[in-house]
Amino acid sequence: MGQNILAIAEIRDGEFRSVSYEIIYQARKLAESTGGEAIAVAVGSGITEKAAELGHWGAHRILVLDDPRFEQYAPEGLTETVLAAAKTYDPSTILFPASRRGKDLSPRVAARLQSGLLVDCTDLEISEGHLVATRPAYAGKVLLKIRPKTLPAVVSLRPKAAGKPVRSEESAGSEVVALSDLNLEDAQLKTQITGFEAAAGKKLDLTEADTIVAGGRGLKGPENFNILEDLAEALGGTVGASRAAVDLGWRPHEDQVGQTGKTVNPGLYIACGISGQIQHIAGMRTSRNIVAINKDAEAPIFGLATYGIVGDLFDVVPRLTEELRKIKDAEH
Amino acid sequence: MKCVVCLKRVPDTGTRIKIDSSGTAIDDTDVEWIVNPYDEFAITEALTHRGSDGEVIILALGPEETTKEIRTALAMGADQGILLQVQRPPTDPLQTAQVLASALKELEFDLLFFGCRGVDDDNCAVGPMVASILDIPLLSDVIQFDVEGSKATVQRETEGGHEIGNMPLPCGITTQKGLNEPKLPSLPGIMKAKKKPLEIRPVELPDSSLEIVEMSFPPDRPPGKIVGEGADAVPELIRVLQEEAKVL
Ligand SMILES: Cc1cc2nc3c(=O)[nH]c(=O)nc-3n(C[C@H](O)[C@H](O)[C@H](O)COP(=O)(O)OP(=O)(O)OC[C@H]3O[C@@H](n4cnc5c(N)ncnc54)[C@H](O)[C@@H]3O)c2cc1C
Ligand SMILES: Nc1ncnc2c1ncn2[C@@H]1O[C@H](COP(=O)(O)O)[C@@H](O)[C@H]1O
Repeated sequence: MGQNILAIAEIRDGEFRSVSYEIIYQARKLAESTGGEAIAVAVGSGITEKAAELGHWGAHRILVLDDPRFEQYAPEGLTETVLAAAKTYDPSTILFPASRRGKDLSPRVAARLQSGLLVDCTDLEISEGHLVATRPAYAGKVLLKIRPKTLPAVVSLRPKAAGKPVRSEESAGSEVVALSDLNLEDAQLKTQITGFEAAAGKKLDLTEADTIVAGGRGLKGPENFNILEDLAEALGGTVGASRAAVDLGWRPHEDQVGQTGKTVNPGLYIACGISGQIQHIAGMRTSRNIVAINKDAEAPIFGLATYGIVGDLFDVVPRLTEELRKIKDAEH
Repeated sequence: MKCVVCLKRVPDTGTRIKIDSSGTAIDDTDVEWIVNPYDEFAITEALTHRGSDGEVIILALGPEETTKEIRTALAMGADQGILLQVQRPPTDPLQTAQVLASALKELEFDLLFFGCRGVDDDNCAVGPMVASILDIPLLSDVIQFDVEGSKATVQRETEGGHEIGNMPLPCGITTQKGLNEPKLPSLPGIMKAKKKPLEIRPVELPDSSLEIVEMSFPPDRPPGKIVGEGADAVPELIRVLQEEAKVL
């Protein structure tokens, strides 16, 4: 078995998503321990020229499939492409971002290779020549250390979990290789994505946000979420919600944080009017800093929070927004 | 339409998870079990596509006790259940997918439903794995699902919005919150469910592709502090966020 590491880049609207750089950077680190190459795979439409960028994030070699049929997500075609690359370059590990696409694509590849799948890993290390991955389960209530028993190991890496990648001015001397003779038949591409509708007013997905301002039943109604929107804007963050707020129809489903919603790990999570039930905590407990604003000093969220203010959110939140705006204005 | 729903039995989300003496698995004693919450969307969706001459089959891999969760699905309106019985369900999604896929090969379904995620191991993997093994199209994280003739149209949740897609039948989806409002079992439904067919088939698991070396609890968070009460505490909060946490 080879020592190469394949990293499957993610491309949307003809651009590399930032998770691509994270996994290539991690692939490079692993390749340095195994003594193999970090090989990036980039599949999309009109991407050949941009692909060289991946060299700055650590790819020794960049495999490109530039095909208009890959303008949108095409799971069957991507699976075949990754399998073909794996066949040629004999990797010990195939890395995907644990994004929506990566989580859909990596199981398909693992199933076809009959290989172990390590999902949503937060840390990877090579110990005595073998890959050992750390990943949360039960929405973060426990941590698992897992080893693949069959190779290549298929791994998805949780966005932002393994630290920020560093772009180097110099490319890793990477060679861009066109993946050509794949002979993908149209008939193999049964699943078609035909369009994308951006969610109203959302800048950043919760799983990728560095700052989240979340609201719960304490907000009292959907109209009051504008005070959280204002705070999020002052902080450059995104708004999330508890299930109670979602089930009451105050916020869309994709805003839900928790065991049956999203698992998030921002640098700053501000929970406003959220009591901190076990299912909510499961989705946000790995946030680096947690601020709780709640009028009930006994609310369980204070047991988890780094900093808390006991008080009425309708007083505290607007004041916080106001003070932050003052600081921002002073900086300009 | 002939619909199959893959159902997983999971610990109630309110459960405090304990680790057993092996240090590599959870301690099952005192755990309350439920139908995986995402599978409730899957069952509900299958029922809306069944039509007058169709059926909804529940397929679960798990220990004998899983018949309880299958009966819940039958009480929601499904027609029959199949339990692929093992002593302990695997945590390796590939093993699960291989066993489910071989049972599915004999079922000749039109539509196949999975949850997007089991809220225990959080693998999010079994649906796409089974589709890959059976070589049928599947879209995951589906929040709208329409079938017309031999074609399915979907909306799926993705980062920052929704993707729109389609695929030919037979096909599968994994369900995401927002697809429908789960239909809870009614009292007459519970009575009827007792008489519906539920077949138990013992199965052998293929070898595992993973080894769990260790299961542990995440480190406790360092104790936090209350910086103050009411809006007057805001300047102090900003100070600690700037000076201690360095996030502003
Ligand atoms: C199967 C299952 C899955 C679940 N999954 C999730 C999940 O993924 N995510 C999730 O969040 N929940 C989930 N839950 C629900 C969870 O158990 C709680 O019911 C929910 O998190 C409570 O939401 P909340 O904190 O907004 O509401 P509450 O628990 O009602 O808390 C409201 C809080 O607001 C405070 N408050 C009220 N007014 C003010 C004010 N003016 N100023 C300041 N504070 C105020 C109150 O003191 C209280 O602490 C799940 C439950 C089940 C059964
Ligand atoms: N043991 C099982 N039996 C039946 N279906 C399962 C099983 N495990 C997983 N599934 C299905 O696959 C989905 C995703 O589970 P997972 O890949 O474990 O996160 C679940 O919602 C079920 O629909």
